[in-house]
Amino acid sequence: MKSDFDWGAVGDALPLLIDGFWTTLLATVLGTLVAAVLGLAIAVAGRAPSRLVTVPVKALMEFIRSTPLLVQLVGAAALFTSVEPLTIGIVVLGVHYATYTSEVYRAGIDGVPKGQWEACRALSLTPRRTWQAVILPQAVRNVLPALGNYAISMFKETPYLAVITVHEMVYQARNYGTEHFRYTEAFTLAGLIFLVASYPTSLLMRKLEKRLGH
Amino acid sequence: MNDFFSAFADDLPQLRSGLWVTLEATVLGALLALLLSFVLGLMSLSRLLLSRGVSRVVVEFFRGTSLYVQLFWLYYAMPPLTGYELTPLVCGVLAFGLNYGAYGAEVVRGAVNSVPRGQYEAALALNMSPLHRMRKVILPQAWVQMIPSFTNLLIQLLKATPLLWLISAADLMTAIEKLRSRTGETLTAYVTLLVCYFVLAYALTLLMNLLERSAKRRLGLATGGKSLLKSRSAVNAAQTAGGAG
Repeated sequence: MKSDFDWGAVGDALPLLIDGFWTTLLATVLGTLVAAVLGLAIAVAGRAPSRLVTVPVKALMEFIRSTPLLVQLVGAAALFTSVEPLTIGIVVLGVHYATYTSEVYRAGIDGVPKGQWEACRALSLTPRRTWQAVILPQAVRNVLPALGNYAISMFKETPYLAVITVHEMVYQARNYGTEHFRYTEAFTLAGLIFLVASYPTSLLMRKLEKRLGH
Repeated sequence: MNDFFSAFADDLPQLRSGLWVTLEATVLGALLALLLSFVLGLMSLSRLLLSRGVSRVVVEFFRGTSLYVQLFWLYYAMPPLTGYELTPLVCGVLAFGLNYGAYGAEVVRGAVNSVPRGQYEAALALNMSPLHRMRKVILPQAWVQMIPSFTNLLIQLLKATPLLWLISAADLMTAIEKLRSRTGETLTAYVTLLVCYFVLAYALTLLMNLLERSAKRRLGLATGGKSLLKSRSAVNAAQTAGGAG
């Protein structure tokens, strides 16, 4: 009896999923923001002159990068029970992806010609001004497409947030499934929404990458 | 904390079987992904529009619809639709294989394209058959390029295996989660779990570095003593992870 695909259920579930989609989008945007800012901080810290700074930063990054996001999320949610799940989700996603974006920044910073550093030295600019006025503006422009790619991949990992009861799209799909015994329609729809949202974005990023000459 | 570790010692058989499930899902998923990467990647290089089209659609489909949704679709949505029910482990292996195979296809395509044009022409001039050309000239060179990206994908696959916990497969996460709820040692339990995954990831990276060294040596490229211990770079992952590679 339940073996057919019920289009009525699709119509039923769609408003719920779209409602959840806004949370998915919010988590992606804020998570990307955290990853972009924190990643830059890690990349700059990684170039600190003292090994007392760089070695622990690199070790911690490698650890976070090599361990599952799901465990980090569930662990953080179990430890900080008084914090809003959405906040935990955004912070954990942001920190996890920051370990990736920092390497993107590092490559971008390495891509700035050495002469630019020397020119700053010659003009006796302070380190702060060197970074702010000369190095970062050149580095950040080059890394924007790569950051965009990480935003897309973060978008596809936001369903993990459902596990810590953030009411995003997949959480709604699961809820709908358990309530009406109609997992098929709800999950098919959720997958299609992901496809419709992420494919055009990735095409756009590819165009942008070509334009910037990569 | 002592409570946790004595419980840990008591639960060793369950933990070992959980670790086994995690490894099984990783290795089988990776093998399926590797197979699909080559099939889809080589299809996308074909001269036939149909074969290129099929590969494009499959790759974009599995990259575009989140892994989480694919896994849950196989586990919850497929049984009522088709009447077939898969065990959680099979669901996991299928979903991981299809998803990472789609990413891997792009790696294969990019690596084969990066082999210099002159190599094709030289093989053609030597009157090699297409199959011979691929096997003896193109793939050995492309393979070296593929390994670092494959390492990243493999680690990502390993990092996705805790999802099995959600579809009630008794993996490593399930075993430690049980320990945690019994002992109430949340922090110790999760840190232990993270360390376990880190050790697994590092071991896999070492294995892949070994593979890269042997592939390079076969081409007569310099390998250097430190190359075995080098860590993965994330920039490579950006090209494959984002879906725009």
